[in-house]
Amino acid sequence: MGTAVIDVTERLFERMVHEHQHRVFALGLALTGNRHDAEEVAQDTFLKAYRALVTYPPDRIRELKQKAWLHRIALNVVRNRVRGIKPRLVELNGSEPDHAIGTEDGALLNLELDALAERVSALPARYRDAVVLRHVQELSYEEAADALGQPVGTVKANVHRGLKLLRGDNDEHSDD
Amino acid sequence: MSTLTTDLKRLGEVKAPAGFADRLLAHVGMSDSYARFDTVLGAVYVAWNRQGISAAARDASADEFEARFHKEVGRQLVEAVPPPDLAAKIHDELEGRHRLRFDLRGLTPFEQAVLRKTKQIPRGEVRPYGWVAREIGHPAAVRAVGTALANNPIPYFIPCHRVVRTDGQIGNYGGGGPEAKRAILTMEGVRVNRLQELASKGVRYQGVKTTKVFCYPTCHTGRHALEKNIVWLHDEASARAAGFRPCKVCRPGAQLSA
Repeated sequence: MGTAVIDVTERLFERMVHEHQHRVFALGLALTGNRHDAEEVAQDTFLKAYRALVTYPPDRIRELKQKAWLHRIALNVVRNRVRGIKPRLVELNGSEPDHAIGTEDGALLNLELDALAERVSALPARYRDAVVLRHVQELSYEEAADALGQPVGTVKANVHRGLKLLRGDNDEHSDD
Repeated sequence: MSTLTTDLKRLGEVKAPAGFADRLLAHVGMSDSYARFDTVLGAVYVAWNRQGISAAARDASADEFEARFHKEVGRQLVEAVPPPDLAAKIHDELEGRHRLRFDLRGLTPFEQAVLRKTKQIPRGEVRPYGWVAREIGHPAAVRAVGTALANNPIPYFIPCHRVVRTDGQIGNYGGGGPEAKRAILTMEGVRVNRLQELASKGVRYQGVKTTKVFCYPTCHTGRHALEKNIVWLHDEASARAAGFRPCKVCRPGAQLSA
């Protein structure tokens, strides 16, 4: 593979990082429940994406649905963490991550969001993933089903159940 | 209930931490990181990425180094805490033990060939510009070799200071001028004054009578010859005429198959 191909891939990756960084970080936050793990997940998601991209032929890259693809990778990253294959924390060249709370949002709002993220992340994985994709990331049911590799009906049921659990309405909670 | 879904939606609007994208791109080697290191040469700013070391300079300030990097390399540059073993590797590399890789992307194939060849010159030795030109297969491109070395983005590590003029003058040096070049060569054990003295007498090579081999004067293979066995030679033709063959290590002349 010539350097020209690598350069094209790198430019594409750079655009992908800038376009999707907030979306992937928010996804990580909702799935893990805290900003530190969210940054790890986001970082690992993009690193995996990069390693895959450099091996893809140009037409596969062109046809890539970036958003859905990144969601699939992030879900895998989170699943692997839960299984205990915790990715080593790569201090990205040692810079201290900046988790300072943005002033424009207001500290209180951020704390509320973090508390919500914590509650979402504590849901059983199948409900959590469905709720996060549909309502945090605002994917359509079809896109969410595609990212999860499940039928649309299953995703709808899991979203419904997940929202119920979040509202504290878990009296019909029968499984697991 | 709409407030829950509204809150979930707001959760999706959370922003990644400041600098996330830059750190990530630096990590995959698409932008570079840098730090200041204290070395035998004093304070040196060094930039690196996944491919290896990408730039070095003894600039007065981080701003100066960033400006230089932007102009010469053009990629993003982020100040960072270096990987824990980098300082030790830099130390070893400057002492002549090769432990670093270098990122020469962005340079022309000719410039890369010049720098790779230059990197093979051992510490404590020097070669003429014409030697580099001949070794990379462009014997007439001596001036172009000089230009490529003047634009060496990684001086000290890629030892462009070990390439000197045949007339004994030390030659230009992008890493801090001729005085800096002389100081670094002296530190590496080159007897610069002796070299200049020989050059001013027109001496280019050292021949050893017992082995019938001629070398560049700083070549380590000729270092232990007894004074009485040394002959000073002015050019390749007369050396060959006197029965000497070029050294196979420092390669001071066209290599003829035996």
